[in-house]
Amino acid sequence: MALELDEVGRAVKGQVHIQPTTLTLDKGTMNVLLGPTLSGKTSLMRLMAGLDAPTTGRIRWHGQDVTGQRVQDRKVAMVYQQFINYPAMSVYDNIASPMRLMGKPRAEIDRAVRETAEMLKLTPMLARKPLELSGGQQQRCALARALVKGAGLVLLDEPLANLDYKLREELRAEIPKIFEASGAIFVYATTEPEEALLLGGRTATLWQGRVTQFGPTTEVYRRPADATTARVFSDPPMNFLPCDKAGGRITFADGAVLPAAGPLADLADGPYTAGFRANHLHLHAASPSAMGFDCTLGVTEITGSETFLHITHGPDRWVALVHGIHDLTDGAQVRLWLDPAHIYLFTPKGQLAAPAAYAMAA
Amino acid sequence: MRLRYSPLVMTLYLLFLLVPIYWLVNMSLKTNTEITSSFSLYPRDLTLRNYVVILTDPSWYMGYVNSIIYVTMNVVISLTVALPAAYAFSRYSFMGDKHLFFWLLTNRMAPPAVFALPFFQLYSSVGLFDTHIAVALAHCLFNVPLAVWILEGFMRGVPKEIDETAYIDGYSFPRFFVKIFMPLIASGIGVAAFFCFMFSWVELLLSRTLTSVNAKPIAATMTRTVSASGMDWGVLAAAGVLTIVPGALVIYFVRNYIAKGFALGRV
Repeated sequence: MALELDEVGRAVKGQVHIQPTTLTLDKGTMNVLLGPTLSGKTSLMRLMAGLDAPTTGRIRWHGQDVTGQRVQDRKVAMVYQQFINYPAMSVYDNIASPMRLMGKPRAEIDRAVRETAEMLKLTPMLARKPLELSGGQQQRCALARALVKGAGLVLLDEPLANLDYKLREELRAEIPKIFEASGAIFVYATTEPEEALLLGGRTATLWQGRVTQFGPTTEVYRRPADATTARVFSDPPMNFLPCDKAGGRITFADGAVLPAAGPLADLADGPYTAGFRANHLHLHAASPSAMGFDCTLGVTEITGSETFLHITHGPDRWVALVHGIHDLTDGAQVRLWLDPAHIYLFTPKGQLAAPAAYAMAA
Repeated sequence: MRLRYSPLVMTLYLLFLLVPIYWLVNMSLKTNTEITSSFSLYPRDLTLRNYVVILTDPSWYMGYVNSIIYVTMNVVISLTVALPAAYAFSRYSFMGDKHLFFWLLTNRMAPPAVFALPFFQLYSSVGLFDTHIAVALAHCLFNVPLAVWILEGFMRGVPKEIDETAYIDGYSFPRFFVKIFMPLIASGIGVAAFFCFMFSWVELLLSRTLTSVNAKPIAATMTRTVSASGMDWGVLAAAGVLTIVPGALVIYFVRNYIAKGFALGRV
């Protein structure tokens, strides 16, 4: 009982939208597609839904080949980023429409519509038209229509992206609860790593039409298989710094030296790229082993209780996310501290050589 | 204060615009003797005889019936053809779609007189001469492109995701089109119908060329009425008044969408 993509790829007019991808989504799981805009999240979803036909590969649903099957005959539901409802129908008729098309008895439809509306807090709005509702309610109406169908595969394409912050948090908390009750395969596309972590389940990271890694969300976050995955699954993106390992010591591009301990000790000598997340850079040494980097400050962004520092370190551009408000003048020299336990090492080809020690411990 | 004069200017302008219509109504309520012999701003000898003549004489009122029949046929045919065409233009890209779309509009750039001769000869030879369908089809040449342009503009405003959501929900294409899509562009359909009506209702040259007796439109009847006793001014004026009425009625229903229609739905 699963959706299987077997080497599924799509190219339009010679342009590759989705590189051949093999994925198995199990029944009753929440699957997050994480990637920046244009990374192919929507394209992959449209292939899963059957709205587009793959140019290569097969799609199987419960072991049955459904490649090229009409979308009407698939048991899928989809919610778009834009609030898509049928504007000419009332909310009740909107939610009821997929069931009516299945020819369900009137009483069953009525019961299911009212139940779903109750769950999504739409009961008082049933008689209204979708365009008379607020954005959050419109999107809930679309969610209700997707849920009531009882589809085995529910595709949510950045469903919360067009909502304001408050509503987004509220709905994001509700979605996993709703999903648990339905037992369907959920696929949820998002650009925000934070959203993927909050939703849990399994995450597939996408980069330029390629699934770079697929696995349990926290696992992908802690042990990204390569530098691309690490960059996609960090917000702001991961910072990188070339380094060299020789004779039990790691020498960084700016001359800093780190004794190779823990998981780093077993690595072969040679060039590597060190990666670390923005929130692991500090303005003060947090531990005695912390390494200091001299950087030039570009721009400071203060967001309430946190400060983003856009900095350059030699030829590299980094971002640091530090707690508290720091009023630093642009162009100033700052020394930023990094605990070696937060360093990932990647091979020159971008494969993960050693995960950060803190991720191993967690 | 310049502002003080603006209502006055506006009123004068409206009066100026209404002069011909007033004069028409004025004439339609006078007797022929009064029309020809004296100048009067209002009917001294008020009479409804002119209207009675039109509503009782088949050679008059059949003109209206004929016009309404072919105009209705034309609106129905134009919309039936234009709806799928406009949908295709708004949703799919195919080879030469942009050229074809523009070419449609160029059909409207030739004067109807150009087509009078080929239509007349063609319809005469296939036995369609002097039928309602002949006029309705001839007007399609101008109305289908117009309707496609207007409808395409309205359809483009409907997000493609609605189509896809409907397919995912299980709607077949015809069902989606009628139940979901058409209500969304209802105002566009109304405006397109209005523009087809307007063109077909006022068009004189083709409708007069392609008919003789059985499908003779009212406009042709009006322009041909010179009897042995000279012009029947009063009756002609009454016919004119009655010809304005359907257009005024139709325009009332689409008054809120007309501007969008004139912009071919692209607002």
